[in-house]
Amino acid sequence: MIEIKELTKRFGKKSVVENVSVTIEPGTITSFIGPNGAGKSTLLSMVSRLLDADTGDVLLDQNNVKKWKSGEFAKRVSILKQSNYTNVRLSVRELISFGRYPYSKGRLTAEDDKFVDQAIEYMNLEDMQNEFIDELSGGQRQRAFIAMVIAQDTDYVLLDEPLNNLDMKHSVQIMKILRKLVDDLGKTVVIVLHDINFASVYSDRIVALKDGKLVKNGPTQDIINSKALREIYDMDIPVQVQNGCRICVYFNSHA
Amino acid sequence: MRLWMLIIATIVLSFISLFIGAIDISLGDLLDLDSDKTQIFLISRLPRLLAIILAGAGMSIAGLIMQSLSRNKFVSPTTAGTLDAAKLGIMISMLFFTNVTYTQQIIFSFAFALVGTLVFMQILDRIKFKDAIFVPLIGIMYGNILSSITTFFGYEADILQNISSWLMGSFTLIIAGRYELLYVSIPAIILAYLYANKFTVAGMGEDFAKNLGLSYKFVLNIGLVLVAIISTSVVLTVGVIPFLGLIVPNIVSLYLGDNLRKIIPHTMVLGSMFLLICDIIGRVIVHPYEIPVNVTVAVIGSAIFLIMLFRGRAYAKK
Repeated sequence: MIEIKELTKRFGKKSVVENVSVTIEPGTITSFIGPNGAGKSTLLSMVSRLLDADTGDVLLDQNNVKKWKSGEFAKRVSILKQSNYTNVRLSVRELISFGRYPYSKGRLTAEDDKFVDQAIEYMNLEDMQNEFIDELSGGQRQRAFIAMVIAQDTDYVLLDEPLNNLDMKHSVQIMKILRKLVDDLGKTVVIVLHDINFASVYSDRIVALKDGKLVKNGPTQDIINSKALREIYDMDIPVQVQNGCRICVYFNSHA
Repeated sequence: MRLWMLIIATIVLSFISLFIGAIDISLGDLLDLDSDKTQIFLISRLPRLLAIILAGAGMSIAGLIMQSLSRNKFVSPTTAGTLDAAKLGIMISMLFFTNVTYTQQIIFSFAFALVGTLVFMQILDRIKFKDAIFVPLIGIMYGNILSSITTFFGYEADILQNISSWLMGSFTLIIAGRYELLYVSIPAIILAYLYANKFTVAGMGEDFAKNLGLSYKFVLNIGLVLVAIISTSVVLTVGVIPFLGLIVPNIVSLYLGDNLRKIIPHTMVLGSMFLLICDIIGRVIVHPYEIPVNVTVAVIGSAIFLIMLFRGRAYAKK
């Protein structure tokens, strides 16, 4: 279990994240939503140790994440940032193999290869496993990076805006795969999302931030309603139920 | 290209290199161990060949490490101020000690190469606009600033002529006893190979490296130390060889990718081979005189570099 306790981060005088406490429920997809500059990505970076918090703690299994050894932490929590570098000419398979780095330090064992094969199969990358990632389309590359995280085989998978620059088809594909990771493999996924409808349809819990502060935290159905969304986005957003999915119709809404 | 092809080509070129020069030496001459020709062979030709192979492999690996760690295809010891800083170090050691020893020169040159490269990496960290071409331009400007400091104080202290011998890369003066420092690049290259996976992971960015539990800063520093060791050993023995660390890793990257574990052997061998070709050309065209290797490397290298720029801009930016 990941517990975020009274976390605060300032850049200069501005608090980007202010006194946020959240518990990430294991075996769920939790979406971080909120307007631009709400501190979603910063919060995710602190949970994954990419950034140090100014005050407050993040606990993984009751132990402060700062006390975890890097190698051990990398076997429990993985993070995929939106800015991952794509200029490097690695083949898809090589990239995914690096997901095994925490276990093998680059010397792949037969077991590592098994994990890599599974990840490739899981993300449907068999046909392009020998292609260079810099020659793939955005959606294919994103799948390759997610496959790497799957090969890393961590209980917690943290993703920072994985749907950026992806079209609808690939976005849906990625979200379905994340759902499978949770439902079939028992992983816990934490994801920063911009499109609230993806959050609504695919996540179990939603954490809403605004100006660095926590405004809502709860099961998806408690957050996706006009009243709560008004608090988060300052917009009147009608919510319609379609095939059992709550869809936010935020187009043409009255701010 | 296969590795064994490169190795065979390098061996053939090595033989050619051993048997060209102002004095004709044939295999038969070497049977007489005491003859002048055998002496020339052992004191001049063989050390020269070893120096070329070590310098070529070393500079290419140094360039490869820098490109990986700076995540820019056009960064190399000549485009990031490393060699200029090493030269500045040598000049300062000569200013400080009237009878400067070789060891003092090595220490100063190494320290300056290391700090100089570190400063460049810091500059790189600060600038927002990380264009593939813009970054090496900054590096070249930075190197020229260091170089002009060297020239100014060298001129003031009247040691400019001494310094200019390091400005020019040449194997002409390599004889037994004057190139052995190059052997330190062997352990440096071995270490680079052992760290290959770590460099590749670090080359994917700090966040990426941290996600996999790699201590990014430590790996970065190891890489810079290796680059400084190799650059120092080359500058002090051969001089500055431009372009080598730039074009060789890029050519290998084009056909093999950026997985260092896989490309280090290719980069080494291709680097040696390229330098051998340039040296042979320099010795043949004005036979029995010689053109310094930095001139032939600059001519051939800049041509290849231009082709890379025109054809490869898209590839470098992708």
